[in-house]
Amino acid sequence: MTDERSASGAGGVLVVGGGISGLTTALEAAEVGKDVFLIEKNPYMGGRVAQLNQYFPKLCPPSCGLEINFKRVKNNRKIRMYTMTEVQSVSGSAGMYQVTLETRPRGVNNNCTGCNACVEVCPQERDNDFNFGMDKSKAIYKAHEMAFPMKYVIDAQACDKCGKCVEACRYNAIELDMAAKTMTVDVSSIVWATGWNPYDPTKMENLKYGSSQAIITNMMMERLAAPGGPTDGRILRPGDNKEPESFAFVQCAGSRDENHLEYCSYICCMATLKQITYIRERYPEARVTVFYIDLRSPGKYEKFREKLMADDKVTFIKGKVADIIAEDDGGVTVVAENAVTGEKVHAKVDLAVLATGMEPAGQAAAAKVGVDMDSNGFIISDAGKGMFAAGCAKKAADVVTSTQNSTAAALKAIQASR
Amino acid sequence: MDKKYGAYICTGCGIGDALNIDGLAGVVTGEMKMDCKTHEALCSVAGREMIQIDINAGVNTIVVGACSPRVMQDEFDFGEDKITIRANLREQVVWCRGENPDDEYVQELASDYLRMGCTQAKKTELATPYQLETISKKILVMGGGIAGMTAAIEAANAGYEVTLVEKTDKLGGKALGWRKQFPSKAPWADLESPVVGDMVKAVTGNAKVTVKTETEVARVAGAPGDYLVTFKAAGAKSEWDAPAKVAVDEQDKIDKGQLPDPNDGLQGYMKENPDGEKFGSVVLATGWVPADVSEYEHLNVAHDKVVTNAQFEKLAKEGKVPARVAFIQSPGGDEHDKDFPYCNSVTSMVALKQAKYVREDNSDGKAYILYQHMRTPGNMELFYKATQNDEGIFMTKASVTGVAEQGGALVVSAKDTLLNEDITIEVDMVVLAAGMVPTTKSAPSVNLAYRQGPGFLDLDLFDGYADSHFICFPYETRRTGVYTCGGVRKAMPMDEVLDDATGAALKAIQCIESADRGVAVHPRSGDTTYPEFFFQRCTQCKRCTEECPFGALDDDEKGTPKPNPTRCRRCGTCMGACPERIIGFKNYNVDMIGSMIKAIEVPDDDEDKLRFLVLVCENDAYPAIDMTGIRRKGINNLVRFIPVRCLGSVNMVWIKDALSSGMDGVLLLGCKYGDDYQCHFVKGSEIADKRMANIGETLGSLGLEPERCAMQQVAITDYDKVPDIIQEFVDQIVEMGPNPFKGF
Repeated sequence: MTDERSASGAGGVLVVGGGISGLTTALEAAEVGKDVFLIEKNPYMGGRVAQLNQYFPKLCPPSCGLEINFKRVKNNRKIRMYTMTEVQSVSGSAGMYQVTLETRPRGVNNNCTGCNACVEVCPQERDNDFNFGMDKSKAIYKAHEMAFPMKYVIDAQACDKCGKCVEACRYNAIELDMAAKTMTVDVSSIVWATGWNPYDPTKMENLKYGSSQAIITNMMMERLAAPGGPTDGRILRPGDNKEPESFAFVQCAGSRDENHLEYCSYICCMATLKQITYIRERYPEARVTVFYIDLRSPGKYEKFREKLMADDKVTFIKGKVADIIAEDDGGVTVVAENAVTGEKVHAKVDLAVLATGMEPAGQAAAAKVGVDMDSNGFIISDAGKGMFAAGCAKKAADVVTSTQNSTAAALKAIQASR
Repeated sequence: MDKKYGAYICTGCGIGDALNIDGLAGVVTGEMKMDCKTHEALCSVAGREMIQIDINAGVNTIVVGACSPRVMQDEFDFGEDKITIRANLREQVVWCRGENPDDEYVQELASDYLRMGCTQAKKTELATPYQLETISKKILVMGGGIAGMTAAIEAANAGYEVTLVEKTDKLGGKALGWRKQFPSKAPWADLESPVVGDMVKAVTGNAKVTVKTETEVARVAGAPGDYLVTFKAAGAKSEWDAPAKVAVDEQDKIDKGQLPDPNDGLQGYMKENPDGEKFGSVVLATGWVPADVSEYEHLNVAHDKVVTNAQFEKLAKEGKVPARVAFIQSPGGDEHDKDFPYCNSVTSMVALKQAKYVREDNSDGKAYILYQHMRTPGNMELFYKATQNDEGIFMTKASVTGVAEQGGALVVSAKDTLLNEDITIEVDMVVLAAGMVPTTKSAPSVNLAYRQGPGFLDLDLFDGYADSHFICFPYETRRTGVYTCGGVRKAMPMDEVLDDATGAALKAIQCIESADRGVAVHPRSGDTTYPEFFFQRCTQCKRCTEECPFGALDDDEKGTPKPNPTRCRRCGTCMGACPERIIGFKNYNVDMIGSMIKAIEVPDDDEDKLRFLVLVCENDAYPAIDMTGIRRKGINNLVRFIPVRCLGSVNMVWIKDALSSGMDGVLLLGCKYGDDYQCHFVKGSEIADKRMANIGETLGSLGLEPERCAMQQVAITDYDKVPDIIQEFVDQIVEMGPNPFKGF
């Protein structure tokens, strides 16, 4: 692996997106012997799964699989990896694409050793987007503790160029005036592994996200539970750091709703069941109420659900949440109708978790270069064009399904470059 | 290779501030007899140039005392013909020395890591990749349904020769019986005509695909790149059928005539069939059979109008379906809200599809879908929604309590419905959403002629599906070179089967190409080393063949192991198992780690300076320890870490080495085992735990406390817990007092 090499001849594959799906496609293709360019828009690899505390149903940490994948990348000379890089334009046709890539300035060059001296002296702070704004980082920061590559990055918006980091760095690694770079690569096929974003919770007016700090999203819950997260893995209510005694999960927050996401986001039911285990591990007495339409934990996930259904402090109510009301004590009341009994339910809880769905993240990038998408923004593979979708760029899916179809995308890309 | 050594110590990132570098250099030049240079930033261009000048002058074995081997790999990559060893002075010495450390202790710690690094350099050899004499790049696909045909065509389209074996007289599998298939594109509302016919044409018309119908695979012998496959007529018995596994104690009884030989009349599993055909890798796509639902008596299953979804599809394909049909998705009644076993979300979609048949065939048709949870993930939700819009299709959550015949019709009773009342529905037919049972549930299917038996292992973890336990690596199983896809590994709809089978084809190709290059596949992909055996000293104890998680080893009649390097995943579990210590890798072996342990300086007259060895899994525990350092958390500095490929590779002689050289305790840190195992070599940490229990007994018999040896399971994210785990271990032994054999 190296991130400072120029383009090779045609025949290679460009993989757009360095999350679990893009990494999988890139590695599976490279380990057959293909040349691969792997680009990622964030300053770190790993994408969404790097933000997760654990995977369902095994409750194993995603960083374990990422560690193996990063090792595979480091050991494989067929992969050229570029962070902070996006596709600017695509010309040519299947078999001979010329793709112009733009790399935003990191502000930190490859001399960086990861020693942290810069962070210690930086006077400026920024909202930490990796933790969904629940804490701050310095203007020069490492995206997260296990970030790969292990290099710092400067948030140009937050940095006032005071130069203290430049002074503190003993390795001439900081370039406050680093410029964006473009490069053009020749490839025969392109795999879009542009992943997903959590659906914007402010769009669902009835769920009142933003009206109370006791309303969080399921991705925020992942960060609260993560050992490297804003609360070091303790689940505390943002704002007042209260240890919640009661929780509500609001399923289909945006999904299965023609006003928002008309499809099912696939993962949110299992994510909620998993997050109940996070709560149970930390708060053995906490009450949990789940409001759902259907519990989609099919197949081998059913065993996992069975365990949680047996927990007498967890209540499952079939019914869509109509309203969430902020209360004076910092908690919220979740209002719903039980679809089976017809009763109106008012659940007063310390923390409400919106199980927000997944929205394809690559829509703007794909639209810019004319890649086919369906009406929901998922990318449609086209073997004739040598364009393929992998992971959640293709459809809402869990990690297993994403890595499966990413492996498939590797073969399709190889076929297109024959 | 004639080695010329050079050792280099970096003083950057706080190393030079915390350590007496001259002292360290003295250890290297004095004790280790290697030239040693220092630099303020070894990873910088200037630092690397300093090393490169020495390399140009002949240095070929380089010891870098700097940061963790997990970082700066490119910077310290001096080419494949050089040996580079990293001593982790930054993350695991200086950065984790904690607040107010005793400088002397930290210096001793760093010195030991350099001693170990130099020793490792001396004991490491360059690897030459293992090459098969001849390699077959042909792919065998077992099963001619949608999954198998997809795998075949996708592999062929990538340029590989494929043989596709189907036991019936035609290709197509279950899909041949479909009247319609699920929507595959926007607006996701309409059923589609089956594409299976086109797929059959594409497969039979592809010059690279050889189709063998009415054929089965009797056995698959050999190893990736060199499989020897015996075919037979479907349903026939063959002397080349794959032999069942016979355990060592069973074989004794068979030999004494106390047990019948299950493999009577079969050729021995090591015997080569001269009429066999060579293949490079295998895709198993033998699919599924409809689940038996006869146990659900309350649903009146014996009634001829109570049918399964599979039977209903056949009716629909052959003609008209009745006008009033109830589809029951969950058999639990009041008891539970689970679907029928082996369902996944497929049966929800099948019910929607079949409800449409009721409407298509009858102008007044009425379909009732009674579910606990409708499962239509992703875009299938739109199919669900479109079906809801059909006024003749009625759906509700319901606990179905019974099905009874009344006046020539069937009456379905249900509770807890969305109508807020109990209901009864009169219908002409009831369809039960039976699941899809994988063929691997009842038979080995892949029919390997392996020492460890013909099938996949531990399938009860997956209800009999030949699935993987790895979320990030869904194709990884315990049988290298065999990749499963489709219904044999999960009940899945067709769109997922297409992707799954294409992915399996990629893995089959990748395995062949890796075998061709002589490198390992996942998780040590690209590794050019492989286990080498010194057979003269083998006692035929069979531990390596039994314990290999991947069934890589066969054995001959005397029990001498036959390594199959292309099956091997390079975990080293065989090396850990071998009591004669005759198995090793060029850059990782019993002597090397043992010598590193002996290189640790153990003060024999200082009760404060106890020494602890911690052998750590390099994938999870080692990064966790690095993270502890990166977070600048302190770790007890009496402890010396050595990374191992997997705890399964830990040979118990290392523990003896440590204790006999006066160290006071040995701790193993490895991955979680059990049903939710996280070990990337599946069984490594579990095997290590068993071995540790045994060594505890041995220690006891020597008069040493068994507690001096322990194993703990840690995950990569346990970086905040690791210091406490280690401290607890150390405290316990400090209380016990020093190793009584110290100084002997």
